[in-house]
Amino acid sequence: MTAIPVLLAASSVDTFIQTLFKALALGSLYSILALGFVLIFKATQTVNFSHGALALAGTWFLSMIFMDWDIPGRWLPGPNWLHWGIALLLAMLVTAVFGLIIERLTIRPMIGEPVFSMAVITLGLEVMIRVIADDAVMLTPRTLGIPWGSDTFKIGGASVAWSYIAAVVMAAFVFFVIWRFLRTRTGVAMQATAFDQEAALAQGINVGMVFAIAWAAGSALAAAAGIFASMSPWAAAGVASREGAFFAFRALPAVIVGGLDSVPGALAGGMLIGFVEIFAGQYLSGQAGILGYGYQQVIPYVVMLIALLIKPYGLFGTEEVRRV
Amino acid sequence: MLEIANLEVVYNEVVLVLRGLSIEVPEGDIVALLGSNGAGKTTTTRAITGLLDVHEGKVTKGSVTFNGEQIDNKNPSTIVRSGISQVLEGRRIFAELTVDENLTAGAITSKDKAAIKTAHERVMTMFPVLAERRKSVAGYLSGGEQQMLAIGRALMVDPKLLILDEPSLGLAPKLVAQIRDTIVEINKDGTSVLLIEQNANMALSIANYGYIMETGKIVMDGVASKLLKDEDVREFYLGLHGEGTERKSFKDVKHYKRRKRWLS
Repeated sequence: MTAIPVLLAASSVDTFIQTLFKALALGSLYSILALGFVLIFKATQTVNFSHGALALAGTWFLSMIFMDWDIPGRWLPGPNWLHWGIALLLAMLVTAVFGLIIERLTIRPMIGEPVFSMAVITLGLEVMIRVIADDAVMLTPRTLGIPWGSDTFKIGGASVAWSYIAAVVMAAFVFFVIWRFLRTRTGVAMQATAFDQEAALAQGINVGMVFAIAWAAGSALAAAAGIFASMSPWAAAGVASREGAFFAFRALPAVIVGGLDSVPGALAGGMLIGFVEIFAGQYLSGQAGILGYGYQQVIPYVVMLIALLIKPYGLFGTEEVRRV
Repeated sequence: MLEIANLEVVYNEVVLVLRGLSIEVPEGDIVALLGSNGAGKTTTTRAITGLLDVHEGKVTKGSVTFNGEQIDNKNPSTIVRSGISQVLEGRRIFAELTVDENLTAGAITSKDKAAIKTAHERVMTMFPVLAERRKSVAGYLSGGEQQMLAIGRALMVDPKLLILDEPSLGLAPKLVAQIRDTIVEINKDGTSVLLIEQNANMALSIANYGYIMETGKIVMDGVASKLLKDEDVREFYLGLHGEGTERKSFKDVKHYKRRKRWLS
């Protein structure tokens, strides 16, 4: 008789640890996505609706680089995970270049036009890239060759997927890099442009260059988020799929809660939404009958609504941010 | 050094703001450009520094030349590199960045690290207040400190010509005096200055030459000391009437102003 409560207690701790890691990991993914949105919005005042499409393109690039062409494995000895890591950075780089081309062709000519027009252009881009990438992905399902696949490890009785750890590490890495970058000369120029474009121009800051850098960085982050979102617990065992494209829109509450123009806001918003979604999914599942099937995907929007009622510009956002 | 000849600027392809403006800033001088609101002073600075594009403005006639090179068709970055730096109206510091980051942003066109360091040290000795608050966020500085930061930011590229657009705007008399001394000091270090002001007294007291503009044209110009003594200038810009007589009542001034225009 005494054994049963102990067992229950242990398993509820295990459940909690499991949920915690799950929430941290999803929060990390949302944060990476949100950071991409924020960088582009900060510099260009445009909400980039093609973020999801870029994420999908990123997974596709990784699949080509790592699986089809075996880069860098064909030249480099060493363990598989190292090759994959390098391929990941390469895929982010290629996506950044892809983002640069898009910026040059579609966004640069629109400088000075209403931000609404720019936002609609990105919406068009979203459809275009997704349809092209969709065809490429759907006709031949593409694997990403993720080294840890769907492996898990144990903490006590809790089983934690390696993908969770990877996502958290990746988020820590990108936030550190972006945070360092914003303190450099180019980063300062970027923040100055975001704050006051005319005053930035008056200092001789090349605003076009700032736009380009923002798009490149945002695209690379989209690729990272798309790739990690295609891993085993979130998607079917590391196969690039159209899920990546829609996944980006699920980060929109995170961006809005954190504030559209705030880097710390992206982290806080992403984590908050990730935690709320996972914990509600775990601990309110008994009430699913009342809340309805799939309620955990609605909860981020409820949080967003509440946050907007209290702080209309997001938790960390600047108050003058324009409506789009 | 800087020559503006017969300049015409149109906003949105309809609003004619400058109609044949000509001014000249000789090397090593302080030149004051005076005028009331809406005369086109700020538009003049935009035409010089390449910022008209941002405001849908265009040079339709005339030219701006700097050291013999036409610059009215150049982009702002090139113009800064050629040695023209400006302090925008209303300071326009980057309020979210620190004092040091503001100065870094000011030096963005400069590639020479040693030169940036020298310029930074110069700003720090010129404004000891800023030296104390290097790491604090610029938005928390007082109005006077922000103006100093704006001037310091413009000095980071060690400009040959410094354009100041209403540096005395919204500052207490004591601070205005301090800014005035700073401008004299900068000029002594070898930078020519184009000073745009509504505070005619302050501007003319340090300038070598002055221009007065009204609705997009120069209506009067002359050596600064002479302008300071001129009856009309005294009346319109210094609020004084005649020699030694008392001020008019506001009502009289208003009526009088409506009837009389410069040189017409």
